[in-house]
Amino acid sequence: MKRAQRPIAFTLNGKRVSLRVHPMTRLLDVLREECGLTGTKEGCGEGECGACTVLVDGQAVNSCLVPVAQVAGAKVVTIEGLKGRHPLQRAFAEHGGAQCGICTPGMIMAAAALGPRPTLGQVRTGLAGNICRCTGYEGIYRAIKKAESRSKKPEARRQETAPTIAPSKARTPNPESRIPKAGTQRAR
Amino acid sequence: MSRAVGRNVVRKDGAAKASGRARYVDDLTRPGLLYARTIRSSIPCGEITRLRLAFDASGFTVVDARDIPGRNVVSLITDDQPCLADRQIRHMAEPILLLAHEDRERLLGAAVEVDYLPATPVLDAERSDRVFKHVAITKGDVDEGFRRADRVIEGEYRTGHQEHLYIEPNGMLAVPENGGVTVWGSLQCPYYVHRALAVLLGLPDDKVRVVQAETGGGFGGKEEYPSMIAGHACLLALKSGRPVKLVYDRVEDMLATTKRHPAIVRHRTGVARDGRLTAMDIDVLMDGGAYCTLSPVVLSRGCLHATGPYRCDHVRVGGRVVMTNTPPNGAFRGFGAPQTLFAIDVHMDRIAEALGMDPARLRELNALRPGDTTATGQVLGRDAAALDVLRAAVARGDYRRKRRAYRGTNRGIGLSLFFHGAGFTGSGEVKLQSKASLELTATGVRVLVASTEIGQGQRTAHAQIVADALGLPYDAVEVAVADTSQVPDSGPTVASRTTMVVGGLLKQGAAEMRTMLGHLTPAAYLRAHGPLVVTKQYEPPPGLVWDDETYRGSAYGSYGWACDVIEVERDPVTEEIRPIRVTTAQEIGKAIFPLGARGQIEGGTAQGLGYALTEEVVMRGGAMANAQLTNYIVPTTLDTPPMDVVLVEKPYAHGPYGAKGVGEMPFDGVAPAVVNAIRSLGIDLRQIPATPERVMAAPRIRDSRLRQAADRPASARQAGFGIRKR
Repeated sequence: MKRAQRPIAFTLNGKRVSLRVHPMTRLLDVLREECGLTGTKEGCGEGECGACTVLVDGQAVNSCLVPVAQVAGAKVVTIEGLKGRHPLQRAFAEHGGAQCGICTPGMIMAAAALGPRPTLGQVRTGLAGNICRCTGYEGIYRAIKKAESRSKKPEARRQETAPTIAPSKARTPNPESRIPKAGTQRAR
Repeated sequence: MSRAVGRNVVRKDGAAKASGRARYVDDLTRPGLLYARTIRSSIPCGEITRLRLAFDASGFTVVDARDIPGRNVVSLITDDQPCLADRQIRHMAEPILLLAHEDRERLLGAAVEVDYLPATPVLDAERSDRVFKHVAITKGDVDEGFRRADRVIEGEYRTGHQEHLYIEPNGMLAVPENGGVTVWGSLQCPYYVHRALAVLLGLPDDKVRVVQAETGGGFGGKEEYPSMIAGHACLLALKSGRPVKLVYDRVEDMLATTKRHPAIVRHRTGVARDGRLTAMDIDVLMDGGAYCTLSPVVLSRGCLHATGPYRCDHVRVGGRVVMTNTPPNGAFRGFGAPQTLFAIDVHMDRIAEALGMDPARLRELNALRPGDTTATGQVLGRDAAALDVLRAAVARGDYRRKRRAYRGTNRGIGLSLFFHGAGFTGSGEVKLQSKASLELTATGVRVLVASTEIGQGQRTAHAQIVADALGLPYDAVEVAVADTSQVPDSGPTVASRTTMVVGGLLKQGAAEMRTMLGHLTPAAYLRAHGPLVVTKQYEPPPGLVWDDETYRGSAYGSYGWACDVIEVERDPVTEEIRPIRVTTAQEIGKAIFPLGARGQIEGGTAQGLGYALTEEVVMRGGAMANAQLTNYIVPTTLDTPPMDVVLVEKPYAHGPYGAKGVGEMPFDGVAPAVVNAIRSLGIDLRQIPATPERVMAAPRIRDSRLRQAADRPASARQAGFGIRKR
């Protein structure tokens, strides 16, 4: 009883991909199993932990809540799309932003969606949908601050930022069809 | 000359984790892979009367207890827990049957019908008569201590279950190979899994290989339960002859795997008018759940920390951990100590209140000092730093001024003073006989230990210790994957022992290797003399003596010391308590990897805030009713306040470069400091988590006279515990 498959095409980390999958397959599973990109993690499968965060047209989404049909024609960026060269990646590795590492890809994608030089308040609100059980978040804040000071440096550095990342305010073709991460959803 | 130790080197696993390249168990696959699923009990107690596969079983591998080639146990302390329930059911979600199939949809669609003959479960620890372990600690003469008391203060303190909530759920991949089986998994203790598999599968040691995959958090939750999951994956793999992956989803992980032991701790304390403690009589009850797991050791650590870091000549601690028909409780960061440290430090604030004393002053008066003896008679060394951390945190957190300033507002401030014994309890380290090896490579050295990187920075700290002891650059030290076919058994990655104990063995090995190398580079040595591996085995430091029977002697090689000052704000409408600021001073001997130590302190504190305030495991009919992240609330960025961390270093003579353990202690003191802060708002709360419902229901402390009425005069001491029933 295989589910009916349909063709779907979208841009993944700057490259166009065409697949045949059931349209309701979770984007998370498509990325991990069809595309072999296992950097995106599953922590809860219900959109609470944010370990599966990816960017869809520049907006951070929980890929466990997105049926793949919703990214047809969209630009999807995963942690692999940052190619290890994003200032946030180096900063997380070097300044205590990553401990066990399972939340790290999602955390970095959510931080990348905040745009340049976010305030601490913006970081706290923007990452409220990403749970880290190791750091108490302080190391993550420090890493983001370091990345920021690094990305301020010469042009050469700035170019290392993957060009596919649009600022978080980027217009999505059909905003209704996606589930943006409501950062404050879990705020009490 | 220290070059790596004490410096914030780049952590060994940092780049792989930040790039998404690090491979966790669910990221692994194999050709011909089968997915697996566990069929679990839906009653807490009773017998299976009939089991029927209500699906087309073609292409399925099905395993039940009869398929177990060895002994049907998860081998640990008492071997009482079956790997698959045969007939008897002792808790909800107990594994009964295993299914594997290559198509996940068919696997998930398979229905299994189980009929039961239910029995009445025991769900309340206070009503259980089945005891896994008793502990009794006696120092001096507690009756004499009470005779010297001017006041006797009593109280009962309760703590709940807690879910580890590592962000990576448990999982294993088992592959039949070389006439045996290899498992890759999310785990803390490769050799625990190895031994359990050999017993379960009836295989010789060399036919079982256990490899740690990158592990997305442990906190104790991946200490013993992975042995169960590995067993299941291996049974399916051996029966099918194919690779099998068994990864839990979040709900299953929360429902079925271990939790922190709930506890009820009762204190009866004699105090002199000036605030000195004259007698401590402490009763500890822990709920072990349906099987023994590690409960005896959890109870033991709980009892050994039950007095808190306080001096008293007359102490009696009695503890027991009992069976209930709930999923087994197990290891969780702190391992019994957070429960008892919560009780004593809330109790200390109540004593201060009864005496009309400043809580910080009461602690200062009674804090253990160098040369003092603990309840087991252990004489503390010069590194006993209770006073140092107390003074540091009180000053830095501006505790006294803020306590006065916040009076009458919705802001509260609380204090806790605590300690944590590093390494295995009592003679545990001697029995473990841990071994650690170093292997010379062409470019440097490789660390061979079964200690696992679970986020705490094991690879980095071990490499730093070895680099400096060998006189090599940090980058010349590599750390092998924890693979039982490659590394010796350096013991489990638990009990804040990895840096202190295993790091200590590595330092000795590196020093020996350095002598052997002389002036030669590693490459030159290998050319001249061939391969070189140095192995060191644990020897207890001189004078470290412990008696398991009498609970006398040195319970731990060393203790870390810490003090938390926590500010909270109460919402006067919802009674929600929000943490506003944390100041913590923690004495850890020597911070080998300061960034890692700080990460442990901040992360442990955040986890402690969850334990104190929001993380309520709702048990209904013997099962967790809120087994999902939507309604089991762990701290997010918006729930976690700024933290001011003060590291204090008083070197431990037998730790590498003076290091003690740091992994668990930061968790221990958070809940009492939070509840003491709530107490400063005039709310008499003695149970965590401090949910709005509990805060609302808690009695109010109206004025100082009423506060004093809460305790009793010394003459009432024969009346036993004055326990308010809830």
